[in-house]
Amino acid sequence: MLHFSTWKTTLIALISLAGILFALPNILTDEQSQNLPSFMPSNKLHLGLDLKGGSHLLLQVQIAVIISERMEATKDDIRSSLREKKIGYTGLKVDDENVTLKLRDATQMEDAIIAIKGLSQPVTTSLLQGNSVRDIVVTQTSDTAISVTLSDEERISRVKSAVAQSIEILRRRIDELGTTEPTIQPQGDDRILVQVPGVEPDALKAIIGKTAKLTFHEVDNRTDPSGIIPSDSFVLPDIENKAQLYVLKKRPILTGENLVDAQAGFSQQNNQAIVSFKFDTAGAKKFGNYTASHVGEPFAIVLDNEVISAPRINEAIRGGSGQISGNFTVEGANELSILLRAGALPAPLDILEERSVGPSLGADSVEAGKIASIVGIVAVVLFILFSYGLFGLFANIALMINLLLIIGVLSMLQATLTLPGIAGIVLTIGMAVDANVLIFERIREEALLGKSPIAAIETGYNRALTTILDANITTFIAAVILFYLGTGPVKGFAVTLSIGIITSVFTAFVVTRLMVSIWIRRKRPKSIPI
Amino acid sequence: MKGFKFVPAGTKIPFIGFRYISLALSIFMLVGSAGLFFTKGLNYGIDFLGGTTIEIQTLDGPADLTQLRATVGALGLGDVQLQTFGSPNEVLIKIQAQTGGDGNAQSSIDAVKAALEISNGDQIEYRAVEVVGPTVSGELVQDSIIAVFLAIGAVLIYIWMRFEWQFSIAAVVALVHDVAITIGFFSLLQLDFNISIIAALLTIVGYSLNDTVVVFDRVREYLRKYKKMDMKELLDLSINSTLSRTILTSVTTLLALLALVLFGGEVIKGLSLAMIWGVIIGTYSSIFVASPILLALGVKRDWSKNKTSNEATNP
Repeated sequence: MLHFSTWKTTLIALISLAGILFALPNILTDEQSQNLPSFMPSNKLHLGLDLKGGSHLLLQVQIAVIISERMEATKDDIRSSLREKKIGYTGLKVDDENVTLKLRDATQMEDAIIAIKGLSQPVTTSLLQGNSVRDIVVTQTSDTAISVTLSDEERISRVKSAVAQSIEILRRRIDELGTTEPTIQPQGDDRILVQVPGVEPDALKAIIGKTAKLTFHEVDNRTDPSGIIPSDSFVLPDIENKAQLYVLKKRPILTGENLVDAQAGFSQQNNQAIVSFKFDTAGAKKFGNYTASHVGEPFAIVLDNEVISAPRINEAIRGGSGQISGNFTVEGANELSILLRAGALPAPLDILEERSVGPSLGADSVEAGKIASIVGIVAVVLFILFSYGLFGLFANIALMINLLLIIGVLSMLQATLTLPGIAGIVLTIGMAVDANVLIFERIREEALLGKSPIAAIETGYNRALTTILDANITTFIAAVILFYLGTGPVKGFAVTLSIGIITSVFTAFVVTRLMVSIWIRRKRPKSIPI
Repeated sequence: MKGFKFVPAGTKIPFIGFRYISLALSIFMLVGSAGLFFTKGLNYGIDFLGGTTIEIQTLDGPADLTQLRATVGALGLGDVQLQTFGSPNEVLIKIQAQTGGDGNAQSSIDAVKAALEISNGDQIEYRAVEVVGPTVSGELVQDSIIAVFLAIGAVLIYIWMRFEWQFSIAAVVALVHDVAITIGFFSLLQLDFNISIIAALLTIVGYSLNDTVVVFDRVREYLRKYKKMDMKELLDLSINSTLSRTILTSVTTLLALLALVLFGGEVIKGLSLAMIWGVIIGTYSSIFVASPILLALGVKRDWSKNKTSNEATNP
């Protein structure tokens, strides 16, 4: 066990050296690490939000909104299809996640079902490319009643695309904040994890909390908000003064989808903050035609079901650009222009979880982590040196290599280091020496039995190996389970603990053995100094 | 350069002889923990209950807790707790979960910020805000329970594969003993019980097992070596032979953890305290719980006739 072939010695030296190289960038300044030759690793430790400061939000897409919008559209399709086929019906409505209706004449049931089924589209999923799966399921619930609902495949595909679309929109909005390395990723079926370093949560929530659905509506002059509202119109409040209500035509003239640009600026007349926008070609044409035929009438600019402004059309607006002059503050105009540029979210997002750490707390935590680590390591090192003398020195050198390896592996993998993660490292330092303690104690015992130094050391390492493996595998199992079930900072703890277990078995068992073997060859000791 | 022996070689402490005393002590601690758990309960953090914590720092000298409590208490947000956090000008505000869905927690933060703005102006810095909605907290509870049971189950299987089943049962009883008493410890001191404490519990599972495995490894070795030795004597010999290691490892781990408690800041104090307690109770249990249980269960002595199933354990 004490014999090391040259290649083994080289390998051990190389691994230790690699650890040092990968850990090295962490003590360099940014400038220095950029000037490193390209073959040298330059990644520093990737600090978690709890150390760097920043915001973590777990969002959930409001699936119900997506489904209900989808069902409203299906209801409209069914209405026109049944009318076209001259099939009489009553009570056509969206009920939860179903569209329900009753036929006037039960004998038309077959025709009605065929007509509605004719509306269905194949669902393209990655698993089933054929036409076998349709998007809607039509069920006859009694002699005259029909219920239409989404198929499971369509539902899943809707949710998936809503999440993907939301992520894309969020990315565009967050990029506008000019931050580096935001994390925006799906989590589970309908959730999105957003982590942005260095940004206050309020600023983040301001730009992701709005759906930003912009629509332009005709003002319905046939009635007023207190009167009877026609079925193709609805009542919306003013964004500032909620008591002021407008009656608007439901079908929008144009939507934000036709926007190609939006910028915050100032009005030339009164220096008020405004948002100017530009339509695409199709939108410009539509808007031009509409304003030409409605000169003198008001129209409403609506954001998320609130009226921002309802200007009067003074003349036909051609050329496709315009401006919104609500009662904006400069920040408000800026925020709105960001939202309009990025586009609308398919559905509102709920904030399920929020964790944010200010920059000062992050810096304090890094400082506290550093001090605790240094104090912990020094205490352990002194204690081990005191307990085992020369062999303690070997163990301490191994401990330092171990520490460098942990930092090197963390930097290399760009695994996130959190404050509990630092605790994991410190704990590893405490527990890493366990392997050496096991070995040294065993050597002491064997020496007491009267074995020669070499035999005692040999047996010590041999006998301790199984114990070391058994003991470390059990801790490793716990760490891996923690990794899979934990989130955020706790996950960081599991990462450093697992890496630490692996590196400490290597350094405590292999590296110290190499040192002991070199020492024996050089000194040929008569007794063991432990 | 020779080392200093903290534990002299060849100690002959009759650990197993203390088993009735330790049994009484363990039962007392377990019953106490259960009693505390069911009466006093745990001081669950927002990870498990849902709710909001806001950590603030007053920039104009030490925080006036009475004034802050009055300001935040007047908002009608339900149960609100305030405590200093680390230093006298840092305060942790804990607000209970708001009824009516995930969105309402958000408005509670806005309310607190607005109220503090009026009362304290710009003399407050927001150091950290955490909001956990009811959906997530429910899942965290579930995940944590699964994690602890999964970890215990996994090591049960591992020990069973590596040793005889008696060892496995004894190790797991010691483990459950440690976890239960650590929960009791948290109930007694009413320390914040949050998701990082689950991390600590799992680490305790690992550590406690580590300790037990070291003793059991020696028991297995001596079972082969001293075929005629009385089981009690053999267990005592195994514990005494590994005693020096047990003490040294506990001391180094405790030194590292102590540094974390003293210098690591408030955020990981709970985690570190839990692990300190876990190291102490884990060391106790591998000597005074796991080994006596092994004695009570009885192990098959004749290992030579059972070579095929245990060959893998032979170094």
